[in-house]
Amino acid sequence: MAKVATREAYGKALAEFGADPNIVVLDADLSKSTKTETFLKAYPDRFFNIGIAEANMMAIAAGMATCGKTVFASTFAIFAALRACEQVRNSICYPKLNVKIGATHAGISVGEDGASHQTVEDMAIMRSLPNMTIMCPCDGVETRAAVKAAIDLKGPVYLRLGRLALPEVHQADNFNFELGKGIQIKDGSDVTIIATGLMVYKSLEAAEMLKAQGIDARVIDMHTIKPIDQDIIIKAAKETGAIVTAEEHSIVGGLTGAVSEVLVQNYPTPLKAVAINDTFGKSGKPDELFVEYGLTPENIVKQAQEVMKIKK
Amino acid sequence: MDKQQLLELKKTAVKIRRHIIDAVYHAGSGHPGGSLSCTDILTALYFKHMNVNIKNPQDANRDRFVLSKGHCAPALYSTLAVKGFFPTEELVNLRKIDSFLQGHPSLKDVPGVDMSTGSLGQGISASVGMALAGKLDKKDYRVYTIIGDGECQEGQVWEALMAGAHYKLDNLTAFLDHNGLQIDGKITDVMSPESLPEKFKAFNWNVIEIDGNDLEAIDKAIETAKATKGKPTMVVANTIKGKGVSFMEDQYGWHGKAPSKEERDNAIAELDQAMELLGGE
Ligand SMILES: Cc1ncc(C[n+]2csc(CCOP(=O)(O)OP(=O)(O)O)c2C)c(N)n1
Ligand SMILES: [Mg+2]
Repeated sequence: MAKVATREAYGKALAEFGADPNIVVLDADLSKSTKTETFLKAYPDRFFNIGIAEANMMAIAAGMATCGKTVFASTFAIFAALRACEQVRNSICYPKLNVKIGATHAGISVGEDGASHQTVEDMAIMRSLPNMTIMCPCDGVETRAAVKAAIDLKGPVYLRLGRLALPEVHQADNFNFELGKGIQIKDGSDVTIIATGLMVYKSLEAAEMLKAQGIDARVIDMHTIKPIDQDIIIKAAKETGAIVTAEEHSIVGGLTGAVSEVLVQNYPTPLKAVAINDTFGKSGKPDELFVEYGLTPENIVKQAQEVMKIKK
Repeated sequence: MDKQQLLELKKTAVKIRRHIIDAVYHAGSGHPGGSLSCTDILTALYFKHMNVNIKNPQDANRDRFVLSKGHCAPALYSTLAVKGFFPTEELVNLRKIDSFLQGHPSLKDVPGVDMSTGSLGQGISASVGMALAGKLDKKDYRVYTIIGDGECQEGQVWEALMAGAHYKLDNLTAFLDHNGLQIDGKITDVMSPESLPEKFKAFNWNVIEIDGNDLEAIDKAIETAKATKGKPTMVVANTIKGKGVSFMEDQYGWHGKAPSKEERDNAIAELDQAMELLGGE
């Protein structure tokens, strides 16, 4: 099956659902990269290029939202979540306005542009903002569903999207998506891998490798990072007794943080993380960077073995 | 500047342009358009005016340079390599995983780079900081920066300009790479920041408008800036994006795209020809 980047699916979904005249899309001189260009072509009257002015864009989005618009504001994740962070907090989250932040080029899979453009902190920062909902879809099918869910939800949403084309995990025809509900994509009884974004397909690969070693791993696609699905986490902890989290993000405050917070307060369970170990990224090809930073099926397998050693 | 010196600078600029094309070609990604438009400014700065020490890149008394439009790292790295900060052979490793040549300028990785940049709008603020520190320490080094015209859409640029004039930073010279283009098209179509020269004047900067691909004009503007007291200078350098490679000139499609093998060969052939006309090789 052809690979598709979540940013690509995002642009398509905007054009698909954009028939709703209340939807407007803003961008900050990156419409070709964020793929909001697809919406621009379909609905030029409701697309506004704000120029290279991300902070301005977020507060403009807030203003339009007060007038009843469903506003999508797009730029690279580094600029959406970090440069315009305080505008997102005070002008979007605090008044709980209907702004959807389409943050593309998240994580190290940005590749050659290097550390200045690779955010591995965005989910931690966005997660700490009250009223914010965060989704990090793992493929094109899920991205379409996430865009729809964002439109249906009245309030701020941060959609974490990627540059890299990814294999499809889900099938379009029998796909059920519910915001805030993780999806168990493989059952298992020995250990649970909870993954988000592009780590989901790598986790499925890891589960196959574990199977060859006689280890039965459960795999959960955690597309919503906030609010996190407590039930599916606690159930997995009770039934498998060991957790591995996998995310293309810092170990600080993202999926690993969210899952750990649920576990320690409800059902303390050993956990190992496959995440960026509190460091900046660098230039290189995405596949080379995945190896350098340990975002690989092999490392998921290794962490699964490790966590099973300390499982009670 | 005498004729011979001008000729040498012209040759150096062509040399740098060849490295830019080759570096971006080998990287398979990067930003040739804006790199080529600011090459002449970098050449005049590093090969005529700036006091830098390739043996001691951190020399406390050196002049400073900040590439506020950090995506044009290929131009800065090529200039630094030709100047001698590191071997020119390294340039083809741009953006590769084991190379120190990061996609955007990195202070801690690349000798000669004075500030990490890449997020637009921040570099000019850093250059204000360097100039302010120079005043505080009563040092007579000068600070230079290049900003993009699209970059001027960032509010932070104007905050920096306000600070530069407020503190009368006459040791600071900024260049506006006024090529009229950004990623999504013409700056006046995307989000017009014009009239930029009028706005800089209103922000109390000394404003000089020149042909920014004319080395003689750049040289004169820098001399004027050095002689100006009580104000920072903004050189509005009217440039052509992609300058020197005809098929890239004034095309926003070449903002952030690497040439194919054939395009690279054509570009290098054109630059070789320019070099030949200058009597160099
Ligand atoms: C804060 C920020 N927002 C967006 C970008 C992405 N970006 C890189 S280059 C560019 C266009 C820059 O245009 P301009 O300043 O005119 O540069 P030039 O034409 O000289 O290349 C954009 C939007 C960025 N690097 N930083
Ligand atoms: Mg420009």
